[in-house]
Amino acid sequence: MTRRWPNRSLMIGAALALIFIAGGFLSLIWTPYAIDGVDIPNKMLLPTAAHWLGTDHLGRDILSMIMVGAQTSIAVAVLAVGIGMGVGIPLGLTAAARAGGWLDEFIMRGNDLVFAFPSLVIAILITAVFGPGAVNAIIAIGIFNIPVFARLTRGAALSLWQRDFILAARVSGKSGLRISVEHILPNITSLMIVQGTIQFSLGILAEAGLSYVGLGAQPPIPSWGRMLAESQTLVSLAPQLALIPGLAIVLTVLGLNLMGDGLRDMLDPRIRAER
Amino acid sequence: MIGYVLRRFVSLIVSLVVASLVIFMVVEVAPGDPAAFMLGMSAQPDTLAALRAELGLDVAKPQRYLNWVSGMVQGDFGTSYTYRTPVAGMIADRMWISLPLAVYALVLSTLIAFPAGIYAASRRGRAGDIAVMGATQLGVAVPNFWFAMIMVLIFAINLGWFSAGGFPGWDKGFWGGIKALTLPAIALALPQAAILARVMRSSLLDMLGEDFIRTARAKGLRARSVLWKHALRNAMIPVLTIIGLQFSFLLAGGIIIEQVFYLPGLGRLVFQAITQRDLIVVESVVMLLVFAVIVVNFVVDLTYAAVDPRLRVQA
Repeated sequence: MTRRWPNRSLMIGAALALIFIAGGFLSLIWTPYAIDGVDIPNKMLLPTAAHWLGTDHLGRDILSMIMVGAQTSIAVAVLAVGIGMGVGIPLGLTAAARAGGWLDEFIMRGNDLVFAFPSLVIAILITAVFGPGAVNAIIAIGIFNIPVFARLTRGAALSLWQRDFILAARVSGKSGLRISVEHILPNITSLMIVQGTIQFSLGILAEAGLSYVGLGAQPPIPSWGRMLAESQTLVSLAPQLALIPGLAIVLTVLGLNLMGDGLRDMLDPRIRAER
Repeated sequence: MIGYVLRRFVSLIVSLVVASLVIFMVVEVAPGDPAAFMLGMSAQPDTLAALRAELGLDVAKPQRYLNWVSGMVQGDFGTSYTYRTPVAGMIADRMWISLPLAVYALVLSTLIAFPAGIYAASRRGRAGDIAVMGATQLGVAVPNFWFAMIMVLIFAINLGWFSAGGFPGWDKGFWGGIKALTLPAIALALPQAAILARVMRSSLLDMLGEDFIRTARAKGLRARSVLWKHALRNAMIPVLTIIGLQFSFLLAGGIIIEQVFYLPGLGRLVFQAITQRDLIVVESVVMLLVFAVIVVNFVVDLTYAAVDPRLRVQA
């Protein structure tokens, strides 16, 4: 494939994702209407000049809810990636620095165990015990992300440990910790950015699913998943109520995935040839 | 091989034990006493004590853990706090929906992904490949429950080909049951098919770059025969792994799809149990799903080792 393609996918993806990210940030200071602005006479309107995306079954402005929903999705997904990276990367670095040792074995077996808990299952468990809430979604998706980053970090770090510049650092007497932080970490940054983008998009999908079944953000916090759940009984009367939040999810996730692919091709020229 | 199987088996048991411990401990930190919750505020102390004894809550925690695990091994998952019926029976009833749904979705996912992946690989870089890859890009971005809602809108509400939800029961006929599970299975299969098609394509492309493929071409075999007989057979190993891993995710993912179609499967059981604080049911369903993932992983590892002898030595 030509070289033009990856950059194009990066541009399109970033543009798509940015629309929703910008909308989410804008909603922190301004939305066209208040999201708790119940206006029953104007319920279930099709898109009009006053309500660009129409109104829902309580007469709330859908554009405003999509914007605040973007904020919820982004916050949950970003924090979940943060948990995954914050715990997973140090674990992966440690495992690689102690490759073959008992600590490595312990961390990797622990990872395998966490992998056996899909984020939905973690969310079910947490919600059953502590009650529902957006925090559960963050923790559930975050825990799911930990082994992803730990494995990726360990794999990348292991191959770096074989390199001459690391050997030079070892000969000069640097500790495993210092080498990991000063030499390994900077060299795996691009890999982590790419994976972070992918986990970010998976996090948005997971958050939507959890909110849809009532395990994520609770009323009155708007979220795309719950907007879909609320639209379900009305889908024959007002299909747009189901279409709009769904398209918001699809476009955001698609944008982030394209962005991830584009970033990977840009940051890692070695795999460009393979794809 | 026997040594490898034994080592993997020991690690399977350790994983199951640790997973069950984690689940038990998380549920144990739940505030409140299930017996007190069931009887309400005005419960008499002696009734409460009797119920606690009946539910097995009156013994020390380590003992309760052992009772729970040894019960599960013998197929006894305890008694539901809400319904006072055996949890094992409740789960078994729901499995008759959730399990066929997962298997159906797995079959569909494979049926879609194989031709798509093989086609894309054989047309590498051309329009057909780009179209298939574009479709998979969309497939992984669409939330399956939303896709399910759209299908209900089109095929159930507008066209009337399927019912919008519910399940007639297998006793009303096999095909009726299959029909009720068709839309849910398609929705569940879609993102998995997209992932599987990508794995199929890239695995096949890896194989097509191998030396033995060049040899096969060089000795004059036709491209078609090289693809189907030589490359495909070898490309199947990673594909089969992914299929194995997908099964457990389909089982867990079905929980959300069941909500869209109001199917009385494991999903509804677990969500009802959450609202009713029927923790023993939640605990058992979660353990069952985690058990499925761990055991499927184990089977996949063994299959892998059986096919590829190099792995037995390494691990």
